[in-house]
Amino acid sequence: MATEDHTATTSSTRARARRLAAGPVVVDVQRLYKTFHIPHERVDSLKERLTHPRAARGHRDLRALVDVSFDVHQGEFFGIVGRNGSGKSSLLKIMASIYRADAGSIRVAGRLAPFIELGVGFNPELTSRENVVLNGVLMGLGRREARRRLDGVLEFADLRDFADLKLKNYSSGMMVRLAFAVMVEADADIMLIDEVLAVGDAAFAQKCMDVFREKRDSGRTIVLVTHDMATVQSMCDRAMLIHDGELRYIGDPEEAALRYYRLNFQGDDRADSGPREGGVPDVNARLVDAWLENDAGERVTTIEQGEPIGINIVVEARHDLEHPVFGLHFLDSDGVQIFGLNRTLELDDDAPDRIPAGQRVRIAGRIENPLLPGRYFVNCWISRNRSIGDLALHVLRLLDFVVFGTQPGPGHISVEAEVQAVLEDGRP
Amino acid sequence: MSTQSAERPEVGPLSLEAPQLHEVRGPSTLGGGWRRTGELLYLMAVTEFKRTYFGTALGPLWSVARPLMLFGVLLVVFTQAFHLNTTVPHYPVLLLLNIVLFGFFQEATSTAVGSIVSREAVVRKTQFPRLVIPLSVVLTSVFNLGPNLVVVFAFILAFGVTPTWTWLGLILIIAVLSVLTTAVSMIVSSLYPRFRDVGIIWTVFVSALFYATPVLYPLSQIKGHFRDLIALNPLTPLFELAEKWVVYPKAESPVAATSVGLVLASLAIFVVICLAGVVIFTREAPRIAEEL
Repeated sequence: MATEDHTATTSSTRARARRLAAGPVVVDVQRLYKTFHIPHERVDSLKERLTHPRAARGHRDLRALVDVSFDVHQGEFFGIVGRNGSGKSSLLKIMASIYRADAGSIRVAGRLAPFIELGVGFNPELTSRENVVLNGVLMGLGRREARRRLDGVLEFADLRDFADLKLKNYSSGMMVRLAFAVMVEADADIMLIDEVLAVGDAAFAQKCMDVFREKRDSGRTIVLVTHDMATVQSMCDRAMLIHDGELRYIGDPEEAALRYYRLNFQGDDRADSGPREGGVPDVNARLVDAWLENDAGERVTTIEQGEPIGINIVVEARHDLEHPVFGLHFLDSDGVQIFGLNRTLELDDDAPDRIPAGQRVRIAGRIENPLLPGRYFVNCWISRNRSIGDLALHVLRLLDFVVFGTQPGPGHISVEAEVQAVLEDGRP
Repeated sequence: MSTQSAERPEVGPLSLEAPQLHEVRGPSTLGGGWRRTGELLYLMAVTEFKRTYFGTALGPLWSVARPLMLFGVLLVVFTQAFHLNTTVPHYPVLLLLNIVLFGFFQEATSTAVGSIVSREAVVRKTQFPRLVIPLSVVLTSVFNLGPNLVVVFAFILAFGVTPTWTWLGLILIIAVLSVLTTAVSMIVSSLYPRFRDVGIIWTVFVSALFYATPVLYPLSQIKGHFRDLIALNPLTPLFELAEKWVVYPKAESPVAATSVGLVLASLAIFVVICLAGVVIFTREAPRIAEEL
C-alpha cells in the first residue's frame, strides 16, 4: 500500500521537476570563487605584527569555493548539500551578500532573504513589537512593510497579548516562536535557508519542515543548505553536492544524497565513481518505506520512555546483492552512535544468500527501548558479504524520533542495575 | 557543471512573468541602497538610544548628568586653581558648551571602535550596508547631544548672555563636527576587527586630544609652539567658532587667533581624515564579516 504511494509521488515529483526546469531562472551563479586566508597564528594586534612581520604573511589559503556555477529556477526547492567545511555555508553567505566572492557573478531576480539564524538582531531590552520591526528591516523589508507584517507575525506566534513585553521577559519557547513567526511571515521571492534553523526538538524541526513545504507549494523559490539527506530526499526538486569547494553533482536529489553518503563513508567520491557527469551511480538498494510504530501498530515519531520501539524498513535491491548484511544504528542528535544491531537474511535451508534485483526486503521487529528522553536517529546500512568491519555500500536513510518521558538522566540509555549504597560498619 | 546554464531555454513557458535578474555584488559600505541605509540607520540609532538609557532609573537624564558632573569638577579646578574665570569672559558657560561638544565627539568615536565587533551577530548573519553601524553610533550620540544643548542654553541664558542670530551657526558647527566624528568612527570601527589595539590606542589618543583641543581654555590663552600645534587640530576652528558665535561675540576668529596658514592646514587635515575614513571603510567593508 505504502509502496503504491511512493511510486505515485515519484512520478508527480518528476512532472513537477520537469515543469520547474522549464521555468525562468531566478538565481544564476557563474564561476564563483572564494578563498579564505587563514593565518597560522592569528595576528590580532599591532605589536604582534610589528614584532613578527613575517608571521603576518604565514597564512594558509582555504579554497572555500572553486569555479561553482549553477542556477535555480522559479518555484524550485533547491538543496545545497555537503559535509562540514565543504564550502556550502560560504556559498550561502556569498549569495546573501554577507561575504564577497573573489570572482564570478551571482544574479538573482526579486528580493532574496537569508535565514541563517532565527531572530537575527533580537534585542532583549526591546519589546517584541520593536524587535519584529527591527528584524524585518534587517531582513530587507521596508520599515512600513515590516510594521504592516507585525500583526501577522504576532498572530502566528500566538503572542498578541505579549506584544509589549520586553523580550528578556520571554521564555525561550516564546522567543523561538516569535523568531520563527518572523521567518514564516517574511515574504521574500527567494528564501535562503540554513539548516541550523531546523535544530531544536523534533516537533519544532517538523514545524519548520511543514512551513518549508507550504512555502514550496505556494510557489516560493527556496534554497536550503543542509546535511540532512532525509530532507533533501523528501523536499528538494534538485540538489547540488559540494565537496572541498567544488561542485560535484547537480540534479536529482536522490542521487545527490547517495553521493553525499558515499563521500561520508568512503572519504571521497572520486576514487570509484568514474566519470563525474552522466554516469549511472552504483546504486545497490532503494528505500521503499521506513517507519516506527507503537505496540498498537500505529506509525509514530515519538515514543514513550520504556515503551518498545517497533521498527519497519522496506528496501528494494537495485541489482543482485550477495550475502547482504543489514545494520541498524541508533544515533543521538549529535550523530554519536549509541547502539546498533546487524541482521542477515532469514533463509530456508538451501536457499542462496542473495537478494535478486528488484526483490524487496523487510527489516522489522521490536526493540527494547533503553533510551532516555531526547531526540534520536536511525541509520540503516546495507553491506555486502559477511565481512568484518562496516563497509557500508549504502546508508539508506535517517529515521528521526523523539523519546519522551519524565525520567531524564545522564547519557542516553538506562540500564538494569543492582547497585546499592549502604553505610559501612565501623567508626564514623 | 556549467552545461546546466547552457541548456537553459532562452524563453521559458512562463516568460510573460520572466523575472529581471540583477547582480548580487556582496557587502559594501552602502550596499543595499540609500533608502535601506536610512531606515536601518534610524532604527538602529533609536534602538541603541533606548537600550542605553531605558534600563536606568534616571533614563535619558543620564546623558545630561554625565557632562554636568564633569563640568562641575573642571569648573572648580579651573576657576579655583587657575583662575581662568578672571581672564576668559563667561568662562563657566564656555566650559560647559565645550565639554558637551567634545563629549559628543568622544562618546561617538569611543563607542564606534567596538561597534562592528559588538554587532557581530548581525554583521555575520544579514546583508545590509555596513556604513549603518558607525553612522548609527554617531546618530545615537547626536540624540544624546540634544538634551545636553538644552541644558547648555539654559545656562547661557541664566548667565546673562544676550541671544544673537549667530547662535544658529552652532547648527553648522555641529554638522561639520558630525562629519569629522563620522569619518573618525569609520576609521576606528573598520580597523578594530583586524587590529584590536585600536581600542586602547584610541582611548589614550582621545584623552590627549581633550587637552590638545581648546576645551578647557580658548586658544588665546595659550602661547608659543604648543599653540601652533593645537591650531592644527581640525577640531580647534570649530571650538573657536562656537565660542565666538554662541558665548562671546568679541572673541577672536580662528584666523585672527592663529594664522591663515594654520587654519588652512587644519582644514587640510580635516579633509584628509574624511577621505581616509571613506577609503579605509570602503576597503574593509566587503570583508569585515570574515574578519570577525
